[in-house]
Amino acid sequence: MIPAAFVYERATSVDDALARLHGHGSDAKVIAGGQSLLPLMKLRLARPDCLIDIGRLDDLRGIRDRPEGGLSIGALTTWAALLDDARVRAHGALFDAIPSIADVQIRNLGTLGGSLVHADPSSDILAPAIALDLAVVFASVRGERSVAVRDLLVGPFATVIEPDELLTEVHVPGVAGLRSAYRFVAQPASGFPLAGVAVAVARDAATGQITSCGIGVTGVGDMAYRATEVETSVLAGESPAAAAALVVGDRRVASDIHADREYRSAMAVAMTRRALEAVTSDAAPLL
Amino acid sequence: MTAGTIAIRLVVNGAPVELEVEPRRLLVDVLREDLDLTGTKIGCDTSQCGSCTVHLDGRAVKSCTVLAVQADERLVRTVESLAPGADALHPLQAAFVEQHGLQCGFCTPGMLMASLALLERTPDPSDGEIRDALHGNLCRCTGYQSIVDSVRAGAAAMRGRA
Repeated sequence: MIPAAFVYERATSVDDALARLHGHGSDAKVIAGGQSLLPLMKLRLARPDCLIDIGRLDDLRGIRDRPEGGLSIGALTTWAALLDDARVRAHGALFDAIPSIADVQIRNLGTLGGSLVHADPSSDILAPAIALDLAVVFASVRGERSVAVRDLLVGPFATVIEPDELLTEVHVPGVAGLRSAYRFVAQPASGFPLAGVAVAVARDAATGQITSCGIGVTGVGDMAYRATEVETSVLAGESPAAAAALVVGDRRVASDIHADREYRSAMAVAMTRRALEAVTSDAAPLL
Repeated sequence: MTAGTIAIRLVVNGAPVELEVEPRRLLVDVLREDLDLTGTKIGCDTSQCGSCTVHLDGRAVKSCTVLAVQADERLVRTVESLAPGADALHPLQAAFVEQHGLQCGFCTPGMLMASLALLERTPDPSDGEIRDALHGNLCRCTGYQSIVDSVRAGAAAMRGRA
């Protein structure tokens, strides 16, 4: 399988990439690692007229500590580089999710930024990205804006990114007092989650009371989502089982040969409960 | 850079190579068709089976899901680089023979390159690490146990040689 012909342009700097995107608009696609885009192009489900290769923009690669706490991760940082970085281990849900993404070869080329804007409804990373309240920076010749991943998605494979914008970096909030986990059931052949749930909670150091709660769900519907009903229930002191029961609500649940609606819904509830138990159990060490 | 062909320079198995390629051409096709390096196999052509695994700048990648232009000015290593001569095998290849790590042999180039990438970073891996490193490589013959045995034996041989 060979992609349809396209014009290939290699960006020489971030500004150069933005100028090229401004010139081409929606006729162009950006390629980073290409691990999601190239399979679509080979199947001719994607046929961009122009491919702008940002793979050599080393400014967009790497992990930095932010002065206000947390991490700034360059959009081109690969899954392999994230797994190699000790700082990522502090973010339990991220570190739970990344080893289960694809396989070694794909993690060597696939990038965090590319995956987030690809917005696969079964993307593992979207669940922890929502639970941990990650934000992305979109740059264009018009300037920069920051968008919370919680506000990023508008549908399957669709985000609020404009055709002339480039995702340049990902902000991960600090983890002080936070515990998080990701639990999932994978489709055995593809490895994609049939239901994947990430939970992040913070507690008051003195009272042990849960003071914040973020829940991200992936693989269940036509886009990943934040389960606010579960968050509210956890904050109100409900048990993991009681809170987890609210994870699907009246949302539309995907149904296919791998998992029908009833099974997928049941797995979403079970994964939510397990992730909640993992972060609220006193036995687990505080990260 | 426009439509038509693009000049790229690769270093393949240590030798510099200059090529003119259409941008849509995949690295695996350029290796097999333009450079006659047919050890690298095309199995599923959908980045699942790992038969096309080569090293790009020392990391295992699936060459069916890399454009040749993405490999421009990078180091590519294929299975042809392993054996030192026509009548000699790399210790990892010898271990696959001795431990019955192959039957039909189609997946073997990918298994070797994925295993080698692991052993270059982790010379004495656990069975779990071996299985994780080969998660992206499918074998329809062996049932995998003999492949894990082969990698473990190959690792020991490589440590002994080092």
